[in-house]
Amino acid sequence: MAGSQQLKAAIVSIALLVMFLLAWQVAVSGSGPTQTLDPEYAKLLGQTATQGKSAMPGPLDVGAKLWEHLRSPFYDNGPNDKGVGIQLAYSLARVLLGYGLAILLAVPLGFLIGMSPLMSRALDPFIQLLKPISPLAWMPLALYTIKDSNTSAIFVIFICSVWPMLLNTAFGVATVRKDWINVARTLELGTWRTAFKVILPAAAPTILTGMRISIGIAWLVIVAAEMLVGGTGIGYFVWNEWNNLSITNVIIAILLIGLVGMLLDQMMARLQRYVSYAD
Amino acid sequence: MTKKPLIRVEGLAKRFPEPRGKGMLTVFENLWFSVDPGEFVCIIGHSGCGKSTILNILAGLDRPTEGVVIVGEQALDGPSLDRAVIFQSHALMPWLSAERNIELGVASRHRDWSAARVKEHARRYLSLVHLEGAEAKKPAQLSGGMRQRVGIARALAVEPKILLMDEPFSALDALTRGSLQDEVLSIRRATDQTIFMITHDIDEAMLLADKIVLMTNGPRARIAEIVENTLPADRQRTEMHRHPNYYPLRNHLLEFLVTRSRELAGGVGAEKANYRSPPIVRPVAGETRANGPTDAPTTLVSQSTRSRPDPRRSRPAFPRLVARGDGRTAVLEGSGPPRRNRPFTETQPRGR
Ligand SMILES: Nc1ncnc2c1ncn2[C@@H]1O[C@H](COP(=O)(O)OP(=O)(O)OP(=O)(O)O)[C@@H](O)[C@H]1O
Ligand SMILES: [Mg+2]
Repeated sequence: MAGSQQLKAAIVSIALLVMFLLAWQVAVSGSGPTQTLDPEYAKLLGQTATQGKSAMPGPLDVGAKLWEHLRSPFYDNGPNDKGVGIQLAYSLARVLLGYGLAILLAVPLGFLIGMSPLMSRALDPFIQLLKPISPLAWMPLALYTIKDSNTSAIFVIFICSVWPMLLNTAFGVATVRKDWINVARTLELGTWRTAFKVILPAAAPTILTGMRISIGIAWLVIVAAEMLVGGTGIGYFVWNEWNNLSITNVIIAILLIGLVGMLLDQMMARLQRYVSYAD
Repeated sequence: MTKKPLIRVEGLAKRFPEPRGKGMLTVFENLWFSVDPGEFVCIIGHSGCGKSTILNILAGLDRPTEGVVIVGEQALDGPSLDRAVIFQSHALMPWLSAERNIELGVASRHRDWSAARVKEHARRYLSLVHLEGAEAKKPAQLSGGMRQRVGIARALAVEPKILLMDEPFSALDALTRGSLQDEVLSIRRATDQTIFMITHDIDEAMLLADKIVLMTNGPRARIAEIVENTLPADRQRTEMHRHPNYYPLRNHLLEFLVTRSRELAGGVGAEKANYRSPPIVRPVAGETRANGPTDAPTTLVSQSTRSRPDPRRSRPAFPRLVARGDGRTAVLEGSGPPRRNRPFTETQPRGR
């Protein structure tokens, strides 16, 4: 029953994709010569004006180019011509670094806030004020103080991933069921055992939810950050190809960004399933 | 000759700030009672009279506003592995298997044990509650009765001096409850464990307890009296209703819950109450004869449990009781004579 449902959904998905690709192809394909022109002049104008062909590449162009990229994703011909794989690797490395640092700060601090009503109240105004700030607003300050564009990008990733994890950890820890804490107390587990054997597993699903939100935000922000700082990364690649007027490459980059984002999210979802428990 | 009580509750009171206004709401006050080693004490009272609060104080999870609890020789201060709690809602860790739930406490009790030894110990207690084969199951995969069994095994596995149970079976269906009661009874007979338990179920108290503490309704709840179980020590769930003391005991408890707990609520009659040694009542079978206020002396069965050796062991067997009576074996300590047609109880004049 559920299987056939799944099959139907897959068929509909593929049908939608095919329809979309067809519509795309039709929309960008030329409608023949629009007017007769001097061939020399027509050459200057390019196909867009002369044959009614759109400057927008069709799915076939994109597919061909994508194939080219996938065949050699890691070539490096100087600062402005690197394989798309290298660019993605740069972005991923920045995200994982900033995100990892954010975990190191947010989870222990969230624990502290969740366990101590005093700290919770004391830190609350700061968190409330800092949380809504767009991570990119930190960029000039980061560039000025850190004086390194790469580290600044990592800092921006750090600052944007910290909040969901911090708040979720604090919430998860503060709402651990009283009964479990009482069990830990009557079993004389002590502070550390209680923290690692009871509170951490109890709050883990909530913490993981925060981490999943954070990785999503971090992946959103890295593209914008790299457009600003330049040099390397998939965000820089997008901007660079825009300057080259290579819409095909821009579309390919968009596709890859989506794909990587999806994979990151799926990884977190799997982790989330691993720590979740039926109550 | 006198056995020292294991737990002494002395002048316990709990007050909460009132939601509105500056006053304090007294849940209960002036609570005095004791539990002997190896004794099974049940506490019965209406919802809200503070039973769970008392149990949490005994467990060390909560603090009294006034008074002390002395366990052995020491005033109680915080939770301890020596006082295991069986929670109403089992309180198992849902992310751990049944076995790992038990191991958690065992590993905490015996920090020097190897993992294998902890595991073996946990398994032994799982089989004690007849859960062989369920070791690897998570609580969500167990039935309500099985979960409560794991909870019992977890508590017993740390080999506590005292077992505290807060309505452990109230969330279960009657059949499961019955079989768990039997299990507690047999474990108890095998181990001589000291147990303090809250219940709403009169039959449960009669089956399990040696001594039943009756609380008046809150606020300002107090101990109205302490009823001794007059059924034989080897009573069985299926047989005990045939015993002549069954109905006297049951009716006494029922009547208390239905009417007297309410009449004594809010501190009524408190001024006459002897808090330090609440009246001890032993409802037994006997001819109900209308006694005048002063003639026919009432048989004073006991002044206080403390003045007797372990009541569980010395409790007279049923035939002895009948033989000794003049038909008026009912009983009590303290003021007022028995009321007409109510030969078993009436321990104090009713408040008016
Ligand atoms: N934190 C608290 N603040 C204020 N009042 C409280 C608090 N905890 C308990 N109480 C009050 O104390 C009283 C006793 O509560 P308790 O849970 O001990 O009752 P109980 O006898 O166990 O009832 P039940 O049979 O329903 O379990 C209740 O009236 C409750 O409102
Ligand atoms: Mg309760």
